[in-house]
Amino acid sequence: MNLNFLDFEQPIAELEAKIEELRYVGDDAEININEEIARLQEKSRNLTKSIFAKLTPWQVSQLARHPQRPYTLDYLERIFTDFQELHGDRAFADDAAIVGGLARLEGRPVMVIGQQKGRDTQEKIRRNFGMPRPEGYRKALRLMHMAEKFGLPVLTFIDTPGAYPGIGAEERGQSEAIARNLFVMAELRTPILCTVIGEGGSGGALAIGVGDRVFMLQHGTYSVISPEGCASILWKSADKAPDAAEALGITAERLKELGLVDGIIPEPLGGAHRDIEQMAATLKQTLVQQLDLLERTPMDKLLSERYQRLMSYGHVKEG
Amino acid sequence: MSWFEKLMPSRIRTERNGVDKRQVPEGIWSQCNGCNQILYRAELERNLDVCPKCNYHMRIDARRRLDGFLDPESREEIAPHLEPIDELRFKDSKKYKDRITQAQKATGEKDALVVMRGQVLGLPLVAAAFEFKFMGGSMGAVVGEKFVRAVNVSLEHHIPLVCFSASGGARMQEALFSLMQMAKTSAALARLADARVPFVSVLTDPTMGGVSASFAMLGDIHVAEPNALIGFAGPRVIEQTVREKLPEGFQRSEFLLEHGAIDMIVDRRELRPRIGELLAMLGKRASVA
Repeated sequence: MNLNFLDFEQPIAELEAKIEELRYVGDDAEININEEIARLQEKSRNLTKSIFAKLTPWQVSQLARHPQRPYTLDYLERIFTDFQELHGDRAFADDAAIVGGLARLEGRPVMVIGQQKGRDTQEKIRRNFGMPRPEGYRKALRLMHMAEKFGLPVLTFIDTPGAYPGIGAEERGQSEAIARNLFVMAELRTPILCTVIGEGGSGGALAIGVGDRVFMLQHGTYSVISPEGCASILWKSADKAPDAAEALGITAERLKELGLVDGIIPEPLGGAHRDIEQMAATLKQTLVQQLDLLERTPMDKLLSERYQRLMSYGHVKEG
Repeated sequence: MSWFEKLMPSRIRTERNGVDKRQVPEGIWSQCNGCNQILYRAELERNLDVCPKCNYHMRIDARRRLDGFLDPESREEIAPHLEPIDELRFKDSKKYKDRITQAQKATGEKDALVVMRGQVLGLPLVAAAFEFKFMGGSMGAVVGEKFVRAVNVSLEHHIPLVCFSASGGARMQEALFSLMQMAKTSAALARLADARVPFVSVLTDPTMGGVSASFAMLGDIHVAEPNALIGFAGPRVIEQTVREKLPEGFQRSEFLLEHGAIDMIVDRRELRPRIGELLAMLGKRASVA
């Protein structure tokens, strides 16, 4: 089994393996097999298209957590210039699960904040698998206040399984750290543009996710609880995660329908990790375009629209 | 679940989860969860559901909580008719719609939050209380909306807000809508803070997850009842993640006080005078009443 491919992508993996084999043979074979390779490549593209045209929410959730999926820093180096990382919450520590700092987007200075997962084992541990502790959220808060003070827009990139459920995190007030960010972001006097680039895991994601616009990459997810967590509580079995993923409606498409996100940013065929350059270019285009719109809106209007947007979440029956 | 129970539609099936085996049948007698003493129900109720033998604070219904807290006169319920909508048609082992119906029947409430405008020792205020028996006090769109309306009444009349939370967190059956209630309620509190209207958050057993990580931790003053479980992640989740035994008293009120998360721990029977006094001072009144 090819580990670059997920379970449901195995038919594509097999085709790709065949193409590789042919290429290898092709080097010293007399017959011209380029035609055959081209035919198979076309077939592989079509197969990918048809598999990706009807992904289940559970499959999307696997894509959102794909080990090769681009993370915040991958986009930072491709979309922004002059990134200066700023560290620490000034109170306890620097949390590597959240990165942030000043950078330029097509020349204009902005504040970038995002969750960061690790690529290899060592980095995964250092970044705590992208699960922030209170000091991470407090660092983010500090950077947001700074952005407000100097009139810089805030761009956040959401990609976390959730806030870290640990002893130290609880001791240092994980709840308060998340709550404080929600409270401050609601009225921060500078434009905030949020993008879910991978996993939007519950309160841990929302803590950098309150803004004027919320976008999602096509195969990102955003949920109140992980499908596994939901399944083990409501179905009493983690094996029911695919059912839970379906019921929770965690995909960009569903959340757009429900009016919870503003737009979907399309991914390259096969997912963001198949062509990071193209993904970064598409994402950059959206960010630039949206930031233009937000920066042209007068601040009071922006804040009142942000407030109205928050108040509109969820419908009730006036009995 | 037996084959027979599986045959029954989920609407008729009774909920077994959460029923405490030690519970004594409803009626004249109750058993204390702290010291296992058998207590006379009427006496217990007079004592605001605090065990007279060991001071154990049992969970108390939202309405009885507000009844014991507010002055008897000039009470007015805010948004009593709001009801949940099953927008996602959520279904796990049971339909969300049926869970709502069942919880409404069991508690007599429309959802998990009750809000009233009234007075404490003559001081006008808005008080909200969670009904934990309504799906674990979970926060969905109705709880979020009612909380915002409570804030708005506070704002309009410039009177303080007090909220007694008792909740397992966000309501999974409302999926991302429930998560967004965290942002919604926190944004409303930001406006209340701008207007310099006091908000006292009373953390009772249990205050967890999305409720703890939003308005419950945004009070000007945080008051907790003794031995209440308060935190972000549930103890079981933490234990599974860190793979070690949790320290004694972890995530209890006393632990939070020690770590600086709350201002004080107050016995339920003392809440009325203590909060009254705090609010009087924040409102620069010479004395309560």
